[in-house]
Amino acid sequence: MPDNHYDAIVVGSGISGGWAAKELTEKGLKVLLLERGRNIEHVKDYHNANKEAWDYPHRNEPTQEMIAKHPVLRRDYPLNEATMGMWADEQANPYVEEKRFDWFRGYHVGGRSLLWGRQSYRLSPMDFEANQREGIAIDWPIRYEDIAPWYDYVERFAGIAGTQEGLDVLPDGEFLPPIPLNCVEKDAAKRIKEAFGGQRHLIHSRVANITQPKPEQNRVDCQYRNKCWLGCPYGAYFSTQSATLPAAVATGNLTLRPFSIVSQVLYDKDRQRARGVEVIDAETHETHEYTADVVFLNASTFNTTWILMNSATDVWEGGLGSSSGELGHNVMDHHFRCGASGEVEGYLDKYYFGRRPAGFYIPRFRNVGDEERSYVRGFGYQGAASREGWDREIAELNIGADLKQALSQPGGWTIGMTGFGEMLPDHDNRISLDHSIRDKWGLPVLSINVELKQNEFDMRRDMVRDAVDLLEAAGVKNVKGDVGDYAPGMGIHEMGTARMGRDPKTSVLNSHNQVWDAPNVFVTDGACMTSSSCVNPSLTYMALTARAVDYAVEELKRGNLS
Amino acid sequence: MNRRELLKMIALTTGTAMIGGKSLFAFSDAGQSDHPFSSQDVELLDELAETILPRTDTPGAKDAGVGEFMALFVSDCYTPSEREVFYFGLAQLEARSRAAYGRDFIALSGEQRLELITELDREAMAHAQQQARREQPTPAEALTAETQTAQNQTAETQSSQEHADSEEALPHYFTMMKQLTLFGFFTSEVGATEVLRYEAVPGRYDGCAPYNGEPAWAT
Repeated sequence: MPDNHYDAIVVGSGISGGWAAKELTEKGLKVLLLERGRNIEHVKDYHNANKEAWDYPHRNEPTQEMIAKHPVLRRDYPLNEATMGMWADEQANPYVEEKRFDWFRGYHVGGRSLLWGRQSYRLSPMDFEANQREGIAIDWPIRYEDIAPWYDYVERFAGIAGTQEGLDVLPDGEFLPPIPLNCVEKDAAKRIKEAFGGQRHLIHSRVANITQPKPEQNRVDCQYRNKCWLGCPYGAYFSTQSATLPAAVATGNLTLRPFSIVSQVLYDKDRQRARGVEVIDAETHETHEYTADVVFLNASTFNTTWILMNSATDVWEGGLGSSSGELGHNVMDHHFRCGASGEVEGYLDKYYFGRRPAGFYIPRFRNVGDEERSYVRGFGYQGAASREGWDREIAELNIGADLKQALSQPGGWTIGMTGFGEMLPDHDNRISLDHSIRDKWGLPVLSINVELKQNEFDMRRDMVRDAVDLLEAAGVKNVKGDVGDYAPGMGIHEMGTARMGRDPKTSVLNSHNQVWDAPNVFVTDGACMTSSSCVNPSLTYMALTARAVDYAVEELKRGNLS
Repeated sequence: MNRRELLKMIALTTGTAMIGGKSLFAFSDAGQSDHPFSSQDVELLDELAETILPRTDTPGAKDAGVGEFMALFVSDCYTPSEREVFYFGLAQLEARSRAAYGRDFIALSGEQRLELITELDREAMAHAQQQARREQPTPAEALTAETQTAQNQTAETQSSQEHADSEEALPHYFTMMKQLTLFGFFTSEVGATEVLRYEAVPGRYDGCAPYNGEPAWAT
């Protein structure tokens, strides 16, 4: 066997790639894990993990130099001193915005698993049935029952803190004890339940932060520093580095190759199988070929799709998977920044100790059961209550010792939340290759053409109105509806450009995430999503990946992939 | 806290969103870390900051090096037009001091400093309130606007909109000075650990802890 052959190749080391590597190596396969960016070693390379605001020259605010270098990142909160170096180099990696699209990319080992929001919810039976019931796009080729045991499996390993709630719209799972609500949130939950006759619920957010140690994974439980984004030295939140990568390494079956940009899947048209991938070394610009029996594409939704579009173009002009006419289409994100906030009277004898990496969640309640709004699907809210700090307004005190004294005490309680809304798959929302613009390695770049449609705009009105209603029902004063700046991509939940389906004419992947036109190529990142639900998607990528690997290994044994 | 809360803009006590950092328009000659402020400028900024947040039984702005921080932040994080406003403000501070008391700010008594700064604060607040009235669309207006504009929004229109916004919304110079004083002080190690409370590794979360007048958490 030549040096450059492996049983399996995994492209991308983020949330789903890490899972693919873990599952494949644990099943005994020799795996090459390719990552386009640099390596980041667990704990050792978390340089800012113990820093505070005063340890940064500009107290963690962006400088004009940072702003100039990050024309996309500067549009939102990710641009700060603490996470510099954790986002893609925008000069080396340009893309075209036919319409504004905020694409926030993590090009390093671990990808955005180091930077994610960790909110972890299951899609519901309703989510898997919605496209078919409403005649939108195409039907998912699987149902909740197909993925439920895999949710169990990944939740047990990743460690999800949460509570059993018995809600149809948000299936329960295998949870560690929750990260507590504070007293204001607990009372708000009671009032909301009463006011809406048990039809709306404020619950603990479900997050991939462990609340009990996992010594078998060398992970310590959450220390309530709320510094997840800096890399957790305790390994308390799920990331490739804290969880899946060490498991894969422990098997002795893993080879990790950073600085490896996959430029195409090598396609054997006689066998109708991939034989491997072509890699450009990001540092030397040299080209290498690696071969394998099975290839998992987990390069993040758009980059996985980019690889497919740039592969087998001698057979299909639009690339591998384009025979469906759907490759690159049906881009989805979660639209948000519609919510409300207000002031809470009282509780001035209560405060909190510790900094939570979590808050509360209000699961979807619109278009559930028989309700029919002017739009389809729904939204959930994420929020928190807290006491104001020194950055609050004190109208009567402006200057001097009294001001300092007042600001050194906590202010009153406030509570706020923002909705995360489902975005419908639409054929017109698409990405494509632009060969007229090249990246640092001479590769064509992606051109993005995505916009919100009427269903999302109609939903956003409810997202504000209902947030106001919920907070008012909870007894909150001075409630203000809030509409912030949102452009597609800002949710950092890109999905749908190589969707799963039942028919090769309308989908890129089958029910086991195999590319119809190359059954030994699997896509299990966000590209595979047939609809978006309104819940944060990463947990679903984990479950679909574990499920697909299990199937892939069985198929390998049966000789169906060679 | 979830990551979206990081979005909460700092309103401070100035009624205006944090200037600098989140201001969006870039320019080309940025990045010098040696700020161009003179040591006299820094001293003036220190004295100004100390008037806003004086040392009491706990440390004050000078103890936290706020003047030096302001100079660095304005140099590296402000846009050129914001810096212009700030420089103008420094000159104004001296001009107003000489006009009212016939002396440089640094030579004023504590009482005179407080009087002048209180006056500037009042002007700045009025300016901020006027701007806030002009700039705040209601949620309904914002929702209507996004259906009209979002569909045709390109990166270029976004960029020019950012530019227009940042040019129009230039704040009063004293708003900048006060914001930076508060921000620089409470995010300093001195401010966070000796005036506010700081716990590096809490180790647990109690969402219903009794409160008896202790300082607020720094973070």
